[in-house]
Amino acid sequence: MSKPLKQIHLAAHFPGVNNTTVWSDPAAGSHIEFSSFVHFARTAERAKFDFLFLAEGLRLREQGGQIYDLDVVGRPDTFTVLAALAAVTDRLGLTGTINSTFNEPYEVARQFASLDHLSDGRSAWNVVTSWDAFTGENFRRGGFLPQEERYSRAKEFLATATELFDSWRGDEILADQATGAFLRDAAAGAFVHRGQHFDIHGRFNVPRSPQGRPVIFQAGDSEEGREFAASSADAIFSRYATLKEGQAFYTDVKSRLARYGRRPDQLLILPAATFVLGDTDQEAAELAREVRRQQVSGATAIKHLEFVWNRDLSAYDPEGPLPDVDPVVSEEHISRGRAQVRMYRDPVAIAREWRQLAEANKWSIRDLVINTGNRQTFIGSPATVARTINDFVQSDASDGFILVPHITPGGLDPFADKVVPLLQEQGVFRADYEGTTLRDHLGLAHPDAPAGTEPAPERAAS
Amino acid sequence: MSSTTPAPLHLAVALDGTGWHPASWREPVARPRDLFTAGYWADLVTEAERGLLDFVTFEDGLGPQSSLLLAPDERTDQVRGRLDAVLIASRVAPLTRRIGLVPTVVTTHTEPFHISKAIATLDYVSAGRAGVRVRTTARPDEAAHFGRRTIPRIDGFDDPDAQQVVADLFDEAADYVEVVRRLWDSWEDDAEIRDAATGRFVDRDKLHYIDFEGRFFSVKGPSITPRPPQGQPLVTALAHRTLPYRLVARQADIGYVTPRDAEQARAIVAEIRAEQEAAGRAGETLHVFGDLVVLLDDSRAEAEARRDRLDALAGEPYTGDAAIFTGTAAQLADLLEELASGGLTGFRLRPAVAGHDLPRITRDLVPELQRRRRFRDAYEAGTLRGLLGLTRPANRYAAA
Ligand SMILES: Cc1cc2nc3c(=O)[nH]c(=O)nc-3n(C[C@H](O)[C@H](O)[C@H](O)COP(=O)(O)O)c2cc1C
Repeated sequence: MSKPLKQIHLAAHFPGVNNTTVWSDPAAGSHIEFSSFVHFARTAERAKFDFLFLAEGLRLREQGGQIYDLDVVGRPDTFTVLAALAAVTDRLGLTGTINSTFNEPYEVARQFASLDHLSDGRSAWNVVTSWDAFTGENFRRGGFLPQEERYSRAKEFLATATELFDSWRGDEILADQATGAFLRDAAAGAFVHRGQHFDIHGRFNVPRSPQGRPVIFQAGDSEEGREFAASSADAIFSRYATLKEGQAFYTDVKSRLARYGRRPDQLLILPAATFVLGDTDQEAAELAREVRRQQVSGATAIKHLEFVWNRDLSAYDPEGPLPDVDPVVSEEHISRGRAQVRMYRDPVAIAREWRQLAEANKWSIRDLVINTGNRQTFIGSPATVARTINDFVQSDASDGFILVPHITPGGLDPFADKVVPLLQEQGVFRADYEGTTLRDHLGLAHPDAPAGTEPAPERAAS
Repeated sequence: MSSTTPAPLHLAVALDGTGWHPASWREPVARPRDLFTAGYWADLVTEAERGLLDFVTFEDGLGPQSSLLLAPDERTDQVRGRLDAVLIASRVAPLTRRIGLVPTVVTTHTEPFHISKAIATLDYVSAGRAGVRVRTTARPDEAAHFGRRTIPRIDGFDDPDAQQVVADLFDEAADYVEVVRRLWDSWEDDAEIRDAATGRFVDRDKLHYIDFEGRFFSVKGPSITPRPPQGQPLVTALAHRTLPYRLVARQADIGYVTPRDAEQARAIVAEIRAEQEAAGRAGETLHVFGDLVVLLDDSRAEAEARRDRLDALAGEPYTGDAAIFTGTAAQLADLLEELASGGLTGFRLRPAVAGHDLPRITRDLVPELQRRRRFRDAYEAGTLRGLLGLTRPANRYAAA
């Protein structure tokens, strides 16, 4: 018996503040003008994507004590731009990354509930936990948390926000002009939360929103991050987009759900994925190499190496051999304000391995960074890319992908025009939106739905 | 005295729920069930833009609305609940083209870093039409919503025990606006260089730490959002007494005040101008607007009857900080001209019933003022600063 075909979920990540984004291309437009966001969102909606995704970092990144100037720098306020995008789209979900360390539950809950009202039920919150003192210098709390407390605050933050969302049931507003009763109940919005991180009480002032609560995403990767997702999230934004790593992550996280009384289809796994399309697979492969060279300039290659070496390497020639000095192993890192600093756990071993690789292949510093860095996830003709994406999803490497184009704002257009129709023909991606809310698109139940009446996950018989 | 027509007036409308009268939601035009939808707000702002108004403000607060000054109440017969004002403003920005959008922000419990980038972003999505109205809150229940500080219970702003509490809240608000403004300038306009030769996207010499350290918080900067289109979006504040007048004089582009007649207006304007000079801003444009609640009808008797009806529905006469006008558009135009002779440069009108009095402003009052050559016939500028006669300011961090 064959398994029923899974329906693929697709999302569009506005090109980010990192070196995936190619700003030097003649086609690259503004990263801050609203017209770029409008173009990007409309392409995603034309292609019937589930949602648009915005990342966020609350301090400009630095390396070697200076603002990092080689990548795109600068972005809009997440809530504000999403609210404006709600005016120029109709069905597209709107997912914002909002930090649980440098915000307070009452304000964030108001903002998400408001966004959900103003978008008729299309909001989602990617809960991130960056906790560092470097970022904290921009905030009142002067804020930072001990690393081990980041998830205890995040968990309590989300639980508190949920209490606020749930403090209105949805039937309190009578607005009966004849009798003069606006509220059914003077206690609408009443809440009390006493915990380790938040001790707050009073009345929440935004009535229940169309989705009840925003859809919850989680993006942390540690053990605690995975447990947080298994207990509390509707979807994970993950970094595992290859088949094998994807399957391992998928199995790991989905197997944690039973412990919380949840079913596997109640947590979607959506890795970040990049792509390069060509008319043929060969043309795409050539283009992909070109894009990698654009993404890794000589200056970027040196900075990337500094990242591992944790020392100033500005005197080295990117077209020359790797440094013979060893990395500095220290708690103090040369780079600040990046989520992925802890990716390189044993820098001395990595440096040794990279020197050997470079010698064996006669690679310069830049060649090495190009060849060892992330290649694009999907490279090929539209048919190849559509087939690969579908294979990955059907073999449980993910439930879909959050696509990160490398060109702003037009980088998604070829995917929308050429790949999406093929997925639709195969019956694995919606031909049109069936519902109006993001929960509808993702097949997630409304929090008020009585148990047992959840929508069936979108599946077509094969 | 010169016989030329005095300067045109500026006109703004303050949007709050279904209107400023607590019984406004019971009027047939009120649409109280739509209050939490985008369409409701889009319709109001579109109407205001049709009347060529300078801007609309959006009220907001970090707790439920209340009939009491400094505490929540238990009433169920008035509108309770509201959406975040910055997000409403942003939601309507792409649907409008010329009118300024000025949401209320509470300085007491929010982060200047977040609000600075939010208003900058509102300026981007509206192509240069953003402003902000800052306010403080002394409500202890709102402090308990955040749990970061306690605010002692005070019985009124004139209570002697309250003086220190209120002074601190306004000092903090002044610091807050200072941080917001520095962050707007923390990127020079030409910081983004996209220099392919060196691989640099920005010139980091044109990004600036703001290094603000004050009594209440410190903020490092720079902003994560580039300098907004207007450079400095408009900062506005409502002020009823000396402390808030000082905040207006130190930090604002527009102050809203509540005089009862031209003489009071003259005294308030004089006080603000003196504070402005003391703050070293004598040469800068600082508008002082009068705030008025308005009920507009075809005759004064009709407007008064409507007010009586609303008061009866509310169970008590409506009073507030601002004077309440009842009458015709021509009578209101007379009053505005009279008050303006006291030195006010514009007005922020608070429609008693949004669905009724806003269209009366745009369709009756505006044409009346146009006939008197006291109001614009068309939008004359593309930005909110432009509408208010403010130039785009130089960046405080740019090398001269
Ligand atoms: C794919 C991915 C994307 C992320 N995006 C962001 C982001 O936009 N902003 C942010 O502050 N943190 C981001 N993070 C950081 C995580 O959310 C998390 O806070 C951090 O990794 C620490 O948690 P961990 O130790 O569980 O990984 C991202 C992480 C991953 C894996």
